[in-house]
Amino acid sequence: MKVRVLVSFKDSVLDPQGQTVMNALHTLGYGSVRDVRQGKVFDIALENLTKKEAETLVPEIARKVLANPIIEKFVWQFIESE
Amino acid sequence: MKFGVVQFPGSNCDWDTFTVLQNVMKQATVMLWHKDHDLQGVDCVVLPGGFSYGDYLRSGAIARFSPLMREVTAFARRGGLVLGICNGFQVLLEMGLLPGAMLRNKNLKFLCQHVHVRIENAGTAFTRAGRRGQVLRIPIAHFDGNYYAPPRTRDRLARGRQVVLRYCDADGALTDDANVNGSLDSIAGVVNEAGNVMGLMPHPERASETVLGSTDGRVIFASLIQTLSRRKTGAPRKTRGRR
Repeated sequence: MKVRVLVSFKDSVLDPQGQTVMNALHTLGYGSVRDVRQGKVFDIALENLTKKEAETLVPEIARKVLANPIIEKFVWQFIESE
Repeated sequence: MKFGVVQFPGSNCDWDTFTVLQNVMKQATVMLWHKDHDLQGVDCVVLPGGFSYGDYLRSGAIARFSPLMREVTAFARRGGLVLGICNGFQVLLEMGLLPGAMLRNKNLKFLCQHVHVRIENAGTAFTRAGRRGQVLRIPIAHFDGNYYAPPRTRDRLARGRQVVLRYCDADGALTDDANVNGSLDSIAGVVNEAGNVMGLMPHPERASETVLGSTDGRVIFASLIQTLSRRKTGAPRKTRGRR
């Protein structure tokens, strides 16, 4: 079983890296880009647990380790195992 | 009085800090390995600067899971003095021993330069050898020193006078230019509510010997020594903030 966790800054937190990417895109002429937020992706392989247990475990891991809840938020989903 | 300097894989200011405490400030000092479970009876724990665990995930994020940090948390909860310098500050934030978080510097550059910081609260265990408004010249060296706290935390910091140091110019004025990393309210150092845990981004250990161009950093170490000697002699403790 695999899950993907996406961590990004909360909307209230300034993201200078995202801003820099946006400015670069504007410089290249992509004027329709209104905002860029940069984040992190974690693909995690799990074993020996049910889907239901994963639904408890993944948010716990995300809150405790992957994201800093003061500045970051996360979303996650099950992904296809190859 | 005994100081302990914690070594993580990737710490690189550990021996600078050790040398200043032992040779300049003349204090008994030991190194504490992050995998140990024993604080060796130290009176003050210092988390030094560096790049613990390569700054992977987030600066300071992995170091907090080292076995010794459980002891450091218990020590802090008992009122033990804990000082975090630079990466040590980041570790204390990730551990939740200090409020707030660090973002990347506003200009996205690693900043390695001398800055000025102003003592905002000279009533803490870490600044009592200084005076309010005193300007210190101390170097910084960091990528993630852009201090951030959500509005409610920011209010609590103000109420408890927990902001200890702010970036300023040579005359002590708070300007945008002087706030090199973009920190909220120019915050360079904070103390916890109980007043026994402090973190700061500038490196006082790099400004404690004349040969290095500034001895202003000694104020922090001298304050700790004063605080500890008062505690030993049973003199009333000057505490900041409220529980």
